[in-house]
Amino acid sequence: MAWSEDQPMVSIKNLHKSFGALEVIKGVSLDVMKGEVICIIGPSGSGKSTIIRCVNALNDMQKGSILVEGQEVNDPDLNKLELRKKVGMVFQQYNLFPHKTALENIMMAPLLVLKQDKAEVEELARQLVKKVRLEGKENNYPGELSGGQQQRVAIARSLAMTPDVMLFDEVTAALDPETVNEVLVTIKELAEDGMTCILVTHEMGFAREVADHIYFTDKGVIVEHGRPATFFDDAKDPRTKEFLSQIL
Amino acid sequence: MDAFFEWFKWLYDDTGINLPFLYDSYDRGRMIDGFFMTIKLSVLCLFFSIIIGMIGAWLQASPLKWTRRFVGGYIQLFRNTPPLVQLYFFYFAIGTMLPKVSNGFGGEEPMLGGFAWAVVSLSFFAGAFNVEIFRSGIEAVPNSTIEAAKALGFSRLQIYKDITLPLAFRVVLPALANNLVNLVKTTTLAYAIAVPEMLYEANQIWSDNVNVTEMMIFMLLVYFVLVGALVWVMNRWERSMKIPGYGA
Amino acid sequence: MKNSKYKTDLPVMLSPKTATAGRFNLSLKPWHGLLLLGICVLSSTAAYTADDTANAPPFEVLLRWMPLLLKGFVFNLVISVSAMGIGTLVGAALGLGQISLHGSVRKTSWFVTQFFRNSPWLVLLFFAMFLLPFEIKVGGFTIPLPDWLKAIFGLSLPVMANVSEIVRGAIASLPSGQWEAADSLAFSRTQVLWRIILPQCVKRMLPPWMNLYSILTMATVLASIVGVSEVMTLTGQALSAEDGRTDLLMPFYSFILFLFFIYCYPIARWTVYLEQKFAVKT
Repeated sequence: MAWSEDQPMVSIKNLHKSFGALEVIKGVSLDVMKGEVICIIGPSGSGKSTIIRCVNALNDMQKGSILVEGQEVNDPDLNKLELRKKVGMVFQQYNLFPHKTALENIMMAPLLVLKQDKAEVEELARQLVKKVRLEGKENNYPGELSGGQQQRVAIARSLAMTPDVMLFDEVTAALDPETVNEVLVTIKELAEDGMTCILVTHEMGFAREVADHIYFTDKGVIVEHGRPATFFDDAKDPRTKEFLSQIL
Repeated sequence: MDAFFEWFKWLYDDTGINLPFLYDSYDRGRMIDGFFMTIKLSVLCLFFSIIIGMIGAWLQASPLKWTRRFVGGYIQLFRNTPPLVQLYFFYFAIGTMLPKVSNGFGGEEPMLGGFAWAVVSLSFFAGAFNVEIFRSGIEAVPNSTIEAAKALGFSRLQIYKDITLPLAFRVVLPALANNLVNLVKTTTLAYAIAVPEMLYEANQIWSDNVNVTEMMIFMLLVYFVLVGALVWVMNRWERSMKIPGYGA
Repeated sequence: MKNSKYKTDLPVMLSPKTATAGRFNLSLKPWHGLLLLGICVLSSTAAYTADDTANAPPFEVLLRWMPLLLKGFVFNLVISVSAMGIGTLVGAALGLGQISLHGSVRKTSWFVTQFFRNSPWLVLLFFAMFLLPFEIKVGGFTIPLPDWLKAIFGLSLPVMANVSEIVRGAIASLPSGQWEAADSLAFSRTQVLWRIILPQCVKRMLPPWMNLYSILTMATVLASIVGVSEVMTLTGQALSAEDGRTDLLMPFYSFILFLFFIYCYPIARWTVYLEQKFAVKT
């Protein structure tokens, strides 16, 4: 089935996932159109991260379907490499490769996975360094960078693969409060450039500002979703209300 | 140079301290041959034991139960039996079972000589330790870093080669260095199957010259210096491999 | 900000486990040892059928020599226990010397330790065999020094150096706060060492010490090279008494491997067990 831009870029239908006997996702469905930014929020352990980890097949799923640009992820013959070229991911713990400099971290995947020309990759990498405002840090090792700087390198590293969708898994959760903002600004600029983004986040103010759509999950299901304004000011479900009253 | 050698001749005549390998060119030749034989033996065994270690560690991560058991059995067998008996086992028991080959002079000789068997035996001995060392290093690489590489579309082999191994290698260098030092010391066992390494040649010299004391002390000094040099090189290497903010 | 509980650093390396620890339990079960014996038996019969002479079957020959070989093996164990005892006593003293407050004692102890640690065991064994006299005269008595006694001394030299390092390492691994706390209570240095530091070190020293014992036990076969009649020497004699039949080599050497394996493997397992047990507590 050919995928066209009027269809959802990522379409999750009735996703189920359990770890052993523990069922963490119990039937989640959501659609993301091209250029949309959606935020998944909810209490810890509600399965938010698991959802997006299923999108790029880092976790497998028991039941349901995830289509990324029309390609089924829940498929034993899935070409994971093809999928992961389309889907970039940024982690809570940055997970940079500690033995490579910032620039090498960014260049590694295009060189090794996409086998692109080294000069071109380096040019792209330098542009990305500029984009995430890390000029001058190209040759530093991750251990020499602050958390916020490392996270921006991680974003640039994902972008170097020119993905169509970016997944952000609580990317500011491990950061010092004073460096959270620099990372959020980077993501916001990315969203403004039209990148399709799925974020799992605890930053409510940020979610409200950049998201097109908010999904609230609790105990493995989507309790409520809506546009930011309606969601935050006019939540219907008592669970959502309770969560928002605690966090805001 | 001749004056230098002559001085030891006088030393012998005056004090009875007999160091024939310094003034007698024949003994000098034997000593030098022995020294280089020890070096050759060490380098070959180092090389093969590291290869065995890497392959073994790779196989131990195999999903196949019997592959893991086989590697585990190999490790325990070689770690808990005397290396000298292993050497005898290879050289005498297996060596005599191999077909003989013609030596070109109408006679026959064993397919593998003492030197080859020493390399085989000592490599497997040190390799058993290296497997464990490499495996502990691989386990020390955080799973999240591997995941980041997966999310960037790295293949299993690329992850092993470009992420896991370089990181694991840095962690295991001290333990590896220790094992390699032990290996160099263990090459003396080749003496037992008449491989003309340093200790063997020293024995020849003290048999001819009846100067056990001098030769013994000289041997201790040479090994002290040889091992000391290796330790020094490994320490330098460890320091040069160090990356900021990573490892101990 | 609710996120302060997430304040973690970059994912640094998990501390590397010691090479012996880890997935030990799945690697080998006692039946692997039996398997080894099986190989030993099978190889002997296999070699026998290949050799259709009127000789006795290899396993029968092995069985005939077994009592002698076992006696030899017990001798190996005697050597190992004696060398371990001597090496531990002298090595512990040397290790304490390495942390002495007297600079000269410290440096000498360090040098002696390094010197014997860096030397191959076989060279040290030769060293003792050839440089010790065959008898020593103390007063009017003459004490003979047979080869096996010299071998014990020779093997206790590297043990000594390694024990010295184990002691020094264990003491150094204790947090300096222990010394400071004890000092502040006005204990003398000797009291601090014997009452506070060393008791805590015993646990840390036990696994490497046992590991060393295992290595020493396997090194006792080196004594065969210098003519002590331990199991390897006896094996050689047995083989030549059987006219050097090549079909006997495999079963005999397998048997020796097997003997050492069933002795050393439980020690290795126990060492790993203790290592893991103590690692949790400290």
